[in-house]
Amino acid sequence: MTAATVAQPYAELGLTRAEYEKIVGTLGRRPTGPELALYSVMWSEHCSYKSSKVHLRQFAEKAPASAALLAGIGHNAGVVDIGQGYAVTFKIESHNHPSYVEPHQGAATGVGGIVRDILAMGARPVAVMDALRFGPASAPDTGRVLPGVVSGISSYGNCLGLPNIGGELDFDPCYAGNPLVNALCVGVMRHGDLQVAAAHGAGNKVILFGSTTGPDGVGGASVLASAAFGGSGADAVKRPSVQVGDPFLEKLLVECCLELFAGGLVAGLQDLGAAGVACATTELAAAGTGGMRVQLDAVPLRDPSLGPPEILMSESQERMMAVVEPGRTDEFLAVCAKWDVRAAVIGEVTGTGRLVMTWRGETVVDIPPGSAADGPVYHRPLARPAAQDTLAAADPLLLPRPFDGPGLRADLLALIGSPGLADKSWVTDQYDRYVRGDTVLAMPEDGGLVRVDEATGLGIALATDGNGRYCRLDPYLGTQLVLSEAYRNVAVTGARPLAVTNCLNFGSPEDPGVMWQFAEAVRGLADGCAALGVPVTGGNVSFYNQTGSVAIHPTPVIGVLGVHDDVRRRLSIGFDVPDASLVLLGRTEAEFGGSAWAHVRHGHLGGRPPAPDLLAEQRLAGLLAAAAAAGLLSAAHDLSDGGLAVALAESCLRGRTGCRVRLPGDPFTALFSESAARAVVAVRPGAEAGFASLRADHGVAGQTIGRTGGDDLAVEGWFAIPLAELAAVHAGVLPALFG
Amino acid sequence: MRIGVIAFPGSLDDRDAARAVRLAGAEPVALWHADRDLRGVDAVILPGGFSYGDYLRCGAIARFAPVMSELVPAARAGLPVLGICNGFQILCEAHLLPGALTRNSGLRFVTRDLRLRVENARTAWTGAYAGGQEIVVPLKSGEGRYAADAGTLAGLQARGQVVIRYTDPNPNGSAGGIAGVCNAEGNVVGLMPHPEHAVDPLTGPSAGGLGFFTSVVAGVLG
Repeated sequence: MTAATVAQPYAELGLTRAEYEKIVGTLGRRPTGPELALYSVMWSEHCSYKSSKVHLRQFAEKAPASAALLAGIGHNAGVVDIGQGYAVTFKIESHNHPSYVEPHQGAATGVGGIVRDILAMGARPVAVMDALRFGPASAPDTGRVLPGVVSGISSYGNCLGLPNIGGELDFDPCYAGNPLVNALCVGVMRHGDLQVAAAHGAGNKVILFGSTTGPDGVGGASVLASAAFGGSGADAVKRPSVQVGDPFLEKLLVECCLELFAGGLVAGLQDLGAAGVACATTELAAAGTGGMRVQLDAVPLRDPSLGPPEILMSESQERMMAVVEPGRTDEFLAVCAKWDVRAAVIGEVTGTGRLVMTWRGETVVDIPPGSAADGPVYHRPLARPAAQDTLAAADPLLLPRPFDGPGLRADLLALIGSPGLADKSWVTDQYDRYVRGDTVLAMPEDGGLVRVDEATGLGIALATDGNGRYCRLDPYLGTQLVLSEAYRNVAVTGARPLAVTNCLNFGSPEDPGVMWQFAEAVRGLADGCAALGVPVTGGNVSFYNQTGSVAIHPTPVIGVLGVHDDVRRRLSIGFDVPDASLVLLGRTEAEFGGSAWAHVRHGHLGGRPPAPDLLAEQRLAGLLAAAAAAGLLSAAHDLSDGGLAVALAESCLRGRTGCRVRLPGDPFTALFSESAARAVVAVRPGAEAGFASLRADHGVAGQTIGRTGGDDLAVEGWFAIPLAELAAVHAGVLPALFG
Repeated sequence: MRIGVIAFPGSLDDRDAARAVRLAGAEPVALWHADRDLRGVDAVILPGGFSYGDYLRCGAIARFAPVMSELVPAARAGLPVLGICNGFQILCEAHLLPGALTRNSGLRFVTRDLRLRVENARTAWTGAYAGGQEIVVPLKSGEGRYAADAGTLAGLQARGQVVIRYTDPNPNGSAGGIAGVCNAEGNVVGLMPHPEHAVDPLTGPSAGGLGFFTSVVAGVLG
């Protein structure tokens, strides 16, 4: 025990004076060193959600009634019923700070962490996605960070045997000192396979299994994830706080866990992520009978010099903690041995209501677990920044725009040749999208689509979207636009959107302007989900994404999950049959605030983002699902960044078939506006009348704009671009930048 | 007909290989790395993946798995054996096939749908194809660059042991664009691309890979 006169290092561990005093008050005495370590990681922003909790409540309070939700917010991940006895769990999480400090391991362990979250629910992980945002593509540091992040995701995900089915890649100067690496995983289980993260039943054994515990990632949640970067070389000293991944061990852990579940050997389960043993023990105990006794000496170590504080704070990867009935521990350990997974009984559940830990016979932790698991709650001050008015006043309609064919043509080529809209094969070719043999759609499609049942064709669609520019202009509307886009990207595959996950990437919560952005984004998402009838099932908040005092654009990344009744009826974005008539669905207004055109052509960010239309999104999604099921369409592509121009280019390149369109009204607006709730579809020859009538039934506006066919993208009266030229511009960008 | 699919720790495409076997009309049989037992199967597939994490050298540890002590003599006695990707690497490490698979020339993992030419349609695993036939099958590997000394390469060429070749631009720097080879008898074949991922146009770029599996079924039954 520390001598009572010596000051304790709470500030170095990331705790405030008030938080420290609260700990002293809870315990009625000074905390021991291990207790202080435990509280410091559990009360970190990353683990406790202390600044975001009061806002996140809206997701539950405003949640639409959904018969599909089997487990919601508060679990490791939400669980959704997709029918035929199957349930799906999915979640997205950030690994932004580690990926900046050490890109390869940071991104790799981001994949590993989210996969364990899904596994901990009782599901088999079946696919991953990644939403990536970096500084300017040509910046030297992007040349360090991006290849490392991609190789980390590639090596970990590929070695784990999970197909990578999509995601995002974007660039903006605001992410130069703070890239965003958000990883999503989805898993499938049968109803009834759901595992609980609680330590029930006094006398049950607590087993730590998987990797040994080492000194890596100590303080990852507190020192690294819950503080801003200083923007100097000093950040390199945080490298030891980054974890190191072993995907092979994680693969064994996945198979081992699934065999343990199948044998009914697990009474409670928690993955070890941020805050490691500290988090797993306190959360399991707090959610269960309430007490637990742990022998820290029993934790298998890879570095024998570690003491209790390091053991509690270590974020060594590939570890899980299970609660097992005493009569089943031998069977449990035998399954672990079969998979060469190390396992150790480190404690047992008690009815004392205390979490007690011993080290070499001495009690070093004795706390009520709920006090650590619940953490403080802050109502941070928030204030709308004055700069919002300046931004809104910078009207993009005043920007010089192309007025003739060559000008429009040049702008289209500039957009598809910009790093954010260019061909992503340089990245996605490093990911395995085939493994498990159930991938029906993967990038560059709008959404990923995975078959769940070979016999019935049941499947799940997933998309992630984010748009920092829209959200910077208006975080409430911007977040609804992002939600709309992810929802639409699921719908264009022919799937019905069911549920939402989110990764909320923001600057410092201690900045009232950032907190206003956060509050607006959460309110926008909760309202949007209510209007669309899709509940938020879980998510993650990442604060402190800033360099010095400059925050990133508010960047909520939204993942939408949908169910596809028959994946054989999926829709691709590719125009792959000639002579299909092209129908533009939705209404187009002159909306350029935050658009790709203003960004790429003018480096401009201002005005208002496009107006979301959630009712129109619902109608569009209903039409697409019905048209796909009826087999009326050969392709469907969502319109978003870069508008119709970029959508047509992508569809032509994907299906290696050109198109000829005649645009209504002002061609510039028709081509580059980013009005929401729109898609372009290719109607199978002969199905035109059937589709028109279905469109009318669903109340979706639309107009026929042309046909597929030929070897160029032609806009009648304005310009034509040979597909070979489009392909060369589109495909050449990332290889030229990254080798 | 029963075709075994070996699972090593870190095997990933065993499920896909089993599905391809089923689609070819045979019964897949799961074989376990730690068992010295081939369970009486008529042919064996070593699937793709990262056996033992590939932390030492691809396939170098799997070669010593107990099941290999049964497989190697059976293969030398004529049992049809197909190694795909990591399976190919294991067969090379076990000296059932000549040469080695090394780091891709581009130093990055490559997933790509590639057009391949069947150079030898007389092996146990390629009889369903016509010589010179072209098929589209995915490649996905970080260490898929086939390498052998000049004499070995000349011998492979002379004896028709090059089974398939890349026709698209060489994706990984493989010597002579070699994507797959066989032993002198033609019963042991190693492929770097993944035919088990090209058995259904719904989930792959084509169904052009199914022929490897129907070949062995036809060969054993015929």
